[in-house]
Amino acid sequence: MTALLEVQGLQKRFPMGGGGMLPCRRAAPSFLHAVEDVSFTLRAGETLGLVGESGCGKSTLARLLARLLDPTEGSIRLGGQEIGAIPAKRFGAIPATRPGAMPSTRPGAMPPRAAIQMVFQDAEGSINPRHTAFEAIARPLRQLSRLSGAELRTRVERTAALCGLPAELLGRFPHQLSGGQKARVGIARAVATEPALLVLDEPTSALDVSVQVVILDLLRSLQARTGAAYVFVSHDLNVVRLLCDRVLVMYLGRVVEEGAAETLFAAPAHPYTRALVGAVSVPGRRKGEERVRLSGEPRSPIDPDPQACRFHGRCPIGQDLCARAAPPVHELPGGRRVACHFPLTAGAMAAA
Amino acid sequence: MTDAAALAPAATARAAPPRVPVLDVAGLSVQFRTRSGTVHALDEVSLQVHRGECLGVVGESGSGKSVTAYAVMRLLDPAARITAGRITFGGMDILAASEREMADLRGRELSMIFQNPRAALNPIRQVGMQIADVLVRHGGVTRAEAPARAAALLAEVGIPDPVRRAKAYPFELSGGMCQRVGIALALACRPALLIADEPTTGLDVTTQAVIMDLVLGLARARGMATVLITHDLGLASEYCDRTAVMHAGHVVEAAPAADLFAAPRHPYTAKLIAATPQPGRALSDLAAIPGGLPDLRRGDLPACRFLDRCERAEPGCAVPPLPRHLSEDGRMVACRHPL
Repeated sequence: MTALLEVQGLQKRFPMGGGGMLPCRRAAPSFLHAVEDVSFTLRAGETLGLVGESGCGKSTLARLLARLLDPTEGSIRLGGQEIGAIPAKRFGAIPATRPGAMPSTRPGAMPPRAAIQMVFQDAEGSINPRHTAFEAIARPLRQLSRLSGAELRTRVERTAALCGLPAELLGRFPHQLSGGQKARVGIARAVATEPALLVLDEPTSALDVSVQVVILDLLRSLQARTGAAYVFVSHDLNVVRLLCDRVLVMYLGRVVEEGAAETLFAAPAHPYTRALVGAVSVPGRRKGEERVRLSGEPRSPIDPDPQACRFHGRCPIGQDLCARAAPPVHELPGGRRVACHFPLTAGAMAAA
Repeated sequence: MTDAAALAPAATARAAPPRVPVLDVAGLSVQFRTRSGTVHALDEVSLQVHRGECLGVVGESGSGKSVTAYAVMRLLDPAARITAGRITFGGMDILAASEREMADLRGRELSMIFQNPRAALNPIRQVGMQIADVLVRHGGVTRAEAPARAAALLAEVGIPDPVRRAKAYPFELSGGMCQRVGIALALACRPALLIADEPTTGLDVTTQAVIMDLVLGLARARGMATVLITHDLGLASEYCDRTAVMHAGHVVEAAPAADLFAAPRHPYTAKLIAATPQPGRALSDLAAIPGGLPDLRRGDLPACRFLDRCERAEPGCAVPPLPRHLSEDGRMVACRHPL
C-alpha cells in the first residue's frame, strides 16, 4: 500500500537577524534550526505521535505539515502530489483542480486545504469569539466545500452530532461553552471537510482528565469512521501511548528515534527516549522510584554545531565521540530507526 | 467539620502530645459575589499540614484548590468573602491579622511558588536583585551583603554559574531556570510553610522530576511544611505524604497518599484515578467522568456536590449536612456511601 503522506528531508530554519542597521555592524546572520532533516511516511488510517520537550520543534513540524509554514528545504507529498513547494500564504486559496486530485476520505474533488486540517492546542484561542459554534464549523464547509443553504446546515449538524455536540449548542458562542465542548467544536471544524490528514497539536493538554478520555475516544471513533491519518503532537507520553501506532521522538529539531509505539515505549533505543519514558509520572508509584533525571539544559538551537550530537552534554551515556561526530541513523528491525552512536539495543542490532 | 487531632493516627495521638499543625484550615467557606450571582467557591474546607510534611491538594479546574491557597496567603480577590471558618498559621489567626502583619508574614514565614514562573517574576529586574530585595525586606540582610547571599541561594537551587546568572533578566532564562529562581525567591527567608501551586505544570516532564526533587529535598532538609497543589495524580502520589482530593469546593477525601491511590474511598477519587492515562492501560480501560461541576451559583446546592455524577447516589445524599467520616487510619471521606 502506498503512503498517504511522504516527508523527505524536511527542514525549517528561522533567521535570527544579523545585528545592526549599518552594514559595518551587521554580523553574519544566524539561524534557529527548528526542524532538521526530518523524513517519514504515514499511511491512511494511521496515527503518528510527535513527542519531545518544548522547543524540540514538534509544533513547527506540525505547522509545516499542515502547510501553515513554509519549509526551508525538503518535500512534503500528499497522495503523491508535492505540496511542500506551495507557499503557505496561497495554500488555502488553491481550488480543487482535477477531480479526485487530492486524497480524501470522501471521493470527489477537494481543494488541498480541505484535505489537510489542524486541531489547535488552545480551543479557546483558536475559535473566533464572535462566531457561534455553528459558524465555526460552517466556515470551512462554505469556503472549501462550496456548500450553502440547507445542504450546509445538514452537513454542520451531521458533523456536530458526529463529534458529540448537541444541536442546541450550535447557536452558542465560545464563552458559553465548557472546555470539553470547545474542544469538540475545534475538532468538528477540522473534520467537517473530511480531510485525509488531520494534524492535532496537543488537543487535550488544556483539558481535565475526566474530559480528556472522552475527547480521545472521540478522536479514535472518528478515525475508525473516516479512515483519516492523524499526526498527534503531545508532550504527554501517557496520552500518546493510548492513541498512536508509531512515534517520532524529537530532540532539538532532529528525530532521534522512530518506531512502533508499543516497542518504543517498552524498550527505548535512544538514551533520550529512555529518559523521557522514565520521567512519566504514574499514580500509585512510590517516591523517587525509577524516575530518570537528566542533568543540564538543552543546547541552543541557534546555529548548532553540525559535528556533534545535539543530546551531548545531557546524555547519561555520552562519550568523546558524541562531541566530534553527528550520530549515524541505525535501522533496527520493525521499521525502527535510532540516531545514536551508542543505541541501547545491542541485542536487536546483532539480530538485524 | 474535620478535627485536627482526629485526623492524626490514633496511636500517636495517645503516645505523644498531639502535634500542632503548622497550618490549620478549619471549616473554611468562601463566596465570590459576581454580577451573575454568588459563587459558593469553598464550603467547609478543612486541611492540616504539619512540620516537615508535604500535603497534596488534587482536583480538576474549578475545584477550589487555588482559592484555598490564596485564602491562606490572604491574597483573595476583593469580590471574595470568607463566610465561615478559620485559618491558623503557627498559632496565629490569619483571618484576623492586619494587612501590615500579613505583609511581614508573606515571603518570610509563608511563601508561594506559582504556576507560571516567568509571569511571577518582575520582567525588568535582574533575578539576583529580585532575590536581594526579598532578603533585605524580610530577611534582615543589608543591601551590601544581599547580592552575595542571592548568588548563594541561586547556587543552592542548582543554577550553574550563579554569580553571572544573578545578572540575567527572566526572559534570558529557560522555563526550568525561571522556576528555580522562583523557588530560590520563595525559600530565601526559610519560611515555615511553602505553597506550591502547580509548580511544574508548564515544564517538560524531564525537568519536572528535577524541580520536584529540589523543592521537596529543601523542604525536608529544613523541616518546612509544604502544600503541593496539582491536577496531576501521579505527581501527588509520588511526592506527597498525605493527599486531599477536592471537588466543587469540597474536600471529598483526605488520606495518606499511598492508601488513597491503592484504595480510594470516595467515588470521585476512584473515578479520577480510573480516568488517568498510565502505562499498561488502553484507551478502552479508561472511563470518563460523566457530567460536570454543578453550577456553584445555585442557591440550593445539594449537600454532596458530586451527586449528579455519582452512580452510588440516592435521594438522601442531597440532604445536609455532608457527612465527613474520620477513620482510625487517619483517613477522611465526605460521602454517605463510600467505597
